[in-house]
Amino acid sequence: MAGIRGPRQDDAARTRRTAEQHNDARRARRTARQQRAARRRRALAASAAAERARAAAVLRRATQAARHPADHPPPGPFRPGTWRSPLRGLWLTSVLALVLLVGLTILAVTGLLSYAAYDPLLPGNDQTPGAGLLHFYLFSWPTHPSWLYRVDQGVHITLGLALLPVVLAKLWSVLPRLFAWPPVRSLAQILERVSLIMVVGGVLFEFATGILNIQDYYVFPFSFYTAHLYGAWVFIAGLVIHVTLKFPRMVRGLRSRSLRRELRTPLARTEPEAPDPGGLRASRPAAPTMSRRGLLATVGGASLTLAGLVVGQSIGGLARRTSLFGPRGLSATAPHYLPVNRTAKSVKLTAAEVGPAYRLTLIGARTVSLTREELLALPQHAVELPIACVEGWSYSCRWTGVRLADLARLAGRPSPAAALVESIQARGSFRAATLSGAQVTDPQALLAVTMNGRVLPWDHGYPARTIIPNAPGVHNTKWVNKITFMQQA
Amino acid sequence: MIRWIRRWYGANPLHLLALLAAFALAGYAVHDVVAAGQWRGFAEWFVIAIIGHDLLLFPLYSLADLSVQRLLPGWASRRRSGSAAPGGRAVGPAGLRPSALNYIRIPVMFSLLVLMAFFPLILGLSQGFYHPASGLGTQPYLWRWLGVTGVMFAISAIAYAWRTRRAAARSRRAEGPGRRQERPAAGAVAAPRTMPAPVSPPAGPPHWPMPDGGASYRPR
Repeated sequence: MAGIRGPRQDDAARTRRTAEQHNDARRARRTARQQRAARRRRALAASAAAERARAAAVLRRATQAARHPADHPPPGPFRPGTWRSPLRGLWLTSVLALVLLVGLTILAVTGLLSYAAYDPLLPGNDQTPGAGLLHFYLFSWPTHPSWLYRVDQGVHITLGLALLPVVLAKLWSVLPRLFAWPPVRSLAQILERVSLIMVVGGVLFEFATGILNIQDYYVFPFSFYTAHLYGAWVFIAGLVIHVTLKFPRMVRGLRSRSLRRELRTPLARTEPEAPDPGGLRASRPAAPTMSRRGLLATVGGASLTLAGLVVGQSIGGLARRTSLFGPRGLSATAPHYLPVNRTAKSVKLTAAEVGPAYRLTLIGARTVSLTREELLALPQHAVELPIACVEGWSYSCRWTGVRLADLARLAGRPSPAAALVESIQARGSFRAATLSGAQVTDPQALLAVTMNGRVLPWDHGYPARTIIPNAPGVHNTKWVNKITFMQQA
Repeated sequence: MIRWIRRWYGANPLHLLALLAAFALAGYAVHDVVAAGQWRGFAEWFVIAIIGHDLLLFPLYSLADLSVQRLLPGWASRRRSGSAAPGGRAVGPAGLRPSALNYIRIPVMFSLLVLMAFFPLILGLSQGFYHPASGLGTQPYLWRWLGVTGVMFAISAIAYAWRTRRAAARSRRAEGPGRRQERPAAGAVAAPRTMPAPVSPPAGPPHWPMPDGGASYRPR
């Protein structure tokens, strides 16, 4: 009966087939499980090996770093690879350095001249009494040309603001040097880094104190005059040494590329510079997003913008309308409106002090006391002179009043060596000013009683103020009530 | 002797003399402040100026700039490529479009620079001293700054639009003569377009993923 399949054989065959299938499936599952387990074991072994290798590598790097610290900078900005800009290099730094060399020199000279304009050698004028030998260059401030102080201070403020973007760009271009590794190589290098604190800290300090001062933001715990003067000398010392040490490198840098060619190089052809000994050039430069001429144009444009926003206050006339950020810029566009520095209200001036009880006391060989009417009865003269503030603005007005020389003669001292002018203002650094003999006897120096054809307003020194050619604004004392003509200074 | 100094000190002896002279001048300049015991305030401001700029402001500038760069197309190729491959180009629908990066950066930089230079007036911080001195208020300065910022962004936007249009015109001019060359010469018959080949069923093991890698596949 082999070959013939009955229903029972069919069932048996079906059961056998099912059993086979089950076994197959079971075997397949076991194989899969074994394979998965094997894979997991292999993966664990691999990761353990990788861990060991990593640990060994870290240990190796650490021992290498400990043995040769100079070649193994810590991670972060100390590693040259962190600095990616392809524009950094000796040429760019040298160009910015040349601009700063010229600009900061002019800034320092105008600043020191501005200090000289205050005649600190005359008694009572010195805002910085401890300056001592720093007075070595001082000279008696002249009264002519009458625009000298105005131009000097205008240049100082405008150029200072214009150089701010250049200073920031230069610091950006040399920032990798701040993180140079190793930080200490020799005593010479330490001293040089200290001198860099003087020049970098000094330039930022001077810019900060100057910029805050022109906006009357007195948040520093020291007098602006002392801070700005001493900070200037620390900066000048740092600048001279920095230029002396780096001048040859700057010349080499300027020669390394042609400015004319760079000005014709667009972004597509901008290449990183050649490697330089100072390590300014990036070791791993990214692709450029701006050409070098674009960077220089941006810095130049920023300088022109900042300067343009304030220069109108020094030039005057129609240009004054452009001085959007000058501290007295736009306010002075009303006709004949001289900007105010120190309102009558802020010095608590009362009507009693300037009313009929007002007396002008002149002390010389004899003492003379004048009322306002007597003052007006004296011979009057007219001058056209500017008030030039240390904050950069200047404004020219027409003044009429009595010559200081005439008042000196009235007091019995026709050629004084100096004169102390005092104000009704009770407190303040500039409530009094000492004028030199040349300033008193100048025919343009007046005790003014009218301004631009009208009686002096309260805010501008009613009933009388001095107006001296070429003197800083604060030396044109307001609310004058006493002048002492001295035989010797 | 000079060689000994050079080895011990690290540079020319004149280097040392010049540095000592500079330190003497600086020391003299501040001697009055030190004598008066007020040097702490000075030193703090000096050091804060350096630290504040180099370690606070500079990383902030960089982060801000890198964030803007990351938002614009072409970031990965710029960071990877070390050569002078044009990093300012982004491929757009009109062909090569000039990157907007610098047209955003520059007005932002100028605006923040004006803010940095005039922040006491713009933010009204010096009102307490400014008003008694001048009789004026600091309010107009904030509006002037916003106005100047707006003008700078407007100029930048106009410049970007003009540059984009010029680039598009240039690329259209470059494509134009090329298109003319592709058109067949008069009289020639255009080559017939081939029909796509019919899809045949895949031969061999299936290509969809099987858990055991196809080991249990049995072709039906």
